[in-house]
Amino acid sequence: MAILKTEQLTYTYSQGSPFEKTAVDNVDIEIEEGEFVGVIGHTGSGKSTLVQHFNGLLRPTSGRVLLDGKDIWEDKKNIRTVRFRVGLVFQYPEYQLFEETVYRDIAFGPRNMGLSDAEIDSRVRSTAMAVGLSDDILERSPFELSGGQKRRAAIAGVLAMYPQVLILDEPTAGLDPKGRDMILSQIEDYHKRSGCTVLLVSHSMEDVAKFATKILVMNESRLFCYDTPQAVFKRSEEIYDMGLSVPQITRVFDIMKKRGFDIHDEIYTVKYAVELVANELRKKGRL
Amino acid sequence: MFRDITLGQYFPGNSIVHRLDPRFKIIMTVIFIVTLFIGQSAVSLELGGVFCVMAIVLSRIPWKLILKSLKPIVLILVITSLLNLFFIKDGLPVFEWRFIKITETGINTSVFMVVRIALLIAGTSLLTYTTSPIMLTDAIESLLSPLKAVRFPVHDLAMMMTIALRFVPTLIEETDKIMSAQKARGVDLDGGKIMDRIRSVVPIIIPLFVSAVRRAGELATAMECRCYRGGVGRTKMRSLKFGPADIIALLISIYFLAAVIFVNAKL
Repeated sequence: MAILKTEQLTYTYSQGSPFEKTAVDNVDIEIEEGEFVGVIGHTGSGKSTLVQHFNGLLRPTSGRVLLDGKDIWEDKKNIRTVRFRVGLVFQYPEYQLFEETVYRDIAFGPRNMGLSDAEIDSRVRSTAMAVGLSDDILERSPFELSGGQKRRAAIAGVLAMYPQVLILDEPTAGLDPKGRDMILSQIEDYHKRSGCTVLLVSHSMEDVAKFATKILVMNESRLFCYDTPQAVFKRSEEIYDMGLSVPQITRVFDIMKKRGFDIHDEIYTVKYAVELVANELRKKGRL
Repeated sequence: MFRDITLGQYFPGNSIVHRLDPRFKIIMTVIFIVTLFIGQSAVSLELGGVFCVMAIVLSRIPWKLILKSLKPIVLILVITSLLNLFFIKDGLPVFEWRFIKITETGINTSVFMVVRIALLIAGTSLLTYTTSPIMLTDAIESLLSPLKAVRFPVHDLAMMMTIALRFVPTLIEETDKIMSAQKARGVDLDGGKIMDRIRSVVPIIIPLFVSAVRRAGELATAMECRCYRGGVGRTKMRSLKFGPADIIALLISIYFLAAVIFVNAKL
């Protein structure tokens, strides 16, 4: 059964005022457990609004959101439980740090869950380790850390709740390439270890293509498609026309196809591309 | 929850009232207030009412919005009318029961006061409905500029107001975002005991302050990079100009003021 499901989900901002805007328009989607979903779309395509429905931060104007087959708005009192099960890391999460020490900030979520001190301690330490924060950093003020460290501390604050579904809204925005790779690989590790469902919102196709098992494309408040990377990048021309980039390597192979190279498969990772080219060369006896 | 609050409650539009010079609108609002307050009789209030309704109709602001502006003062209106109703003892008694005595003068005064306050609020909110906050500060700067002669920092004051207004939506958005982020970590903002509620504000206030201070620093640097040195020699992109329509509008409001003075004199 799908862990997350939406039925005709629609959300309109400032309904009834001159600033009215439909940010999510009639979205039906089913996300299976354990999937690593890349959510892509333009700025303003509704992707951030969409993911804020999954943990009940926004209430649909119409339509339903189901977690494990149950409407999350069925009982309003349960909405906090939903938020512990579906962890959401916002854009620039470092701006939500507030505690005196990094340790206490990471412990904030678990403490709200009402866990025991021993459990909180073990969760804080293991998630800090998972995001590469050493023990001495845990005792420092979050405001003393570097940008990348702050970001990781904030992500750890959500990870420590051990959510079944982890949603990250552009976790790498504004980081240098090294910091970006670090965070992405830590997320992937976490995904593999815990088997949780991950939704990664990004507008970098490159990042998404590397890790995602499914890709969700939003375009102008509507769901454009939700499918495997192969199937999505088969429509690379349409995606390109939307103003979104496709991975550079896909672009290269698209152009090669146009020039008459005989390539049948969809290529979206460099690793696979190298394999394919090597095979081709081997066949011709040049390698 | 904060999205619904619009400071200054500007309601964009292109009606004749929207297009009037904001300086004239401020002066007209002041004249309107004076008109309401010097008026002693029902006739003078009717005059004020006609002026107000005329302006609202011309502004094409929905009546619903005008009523919404009256909502916060409903309690004041009720209390005012009750006080006047029960504590004015002179005049013809209409109703008497034990110590309660309602007189004709009491009824008249209480209706008079309620209508006067309602008109006052409706008229002044029309000013903010039809004038963007930036235009308002421009107008205030321009109206206060004679004070420059006595070294009053008019420009600095206006600049501070502009910046403060400019950052209201940003801070609202920021608060919204931080609230969402902390809610995602399980903060319960809606329920709980008083102490729990106070405690749950901390995770929102602290990041908000940190970011406000950071923004202020960034803005100061950005302004200095563009050689801001205060108001001396600074020109404006939108300079305020008034035309015949503004003068006619002003004359109309003066006419109403004169009419009320005339009615008063006749009493």
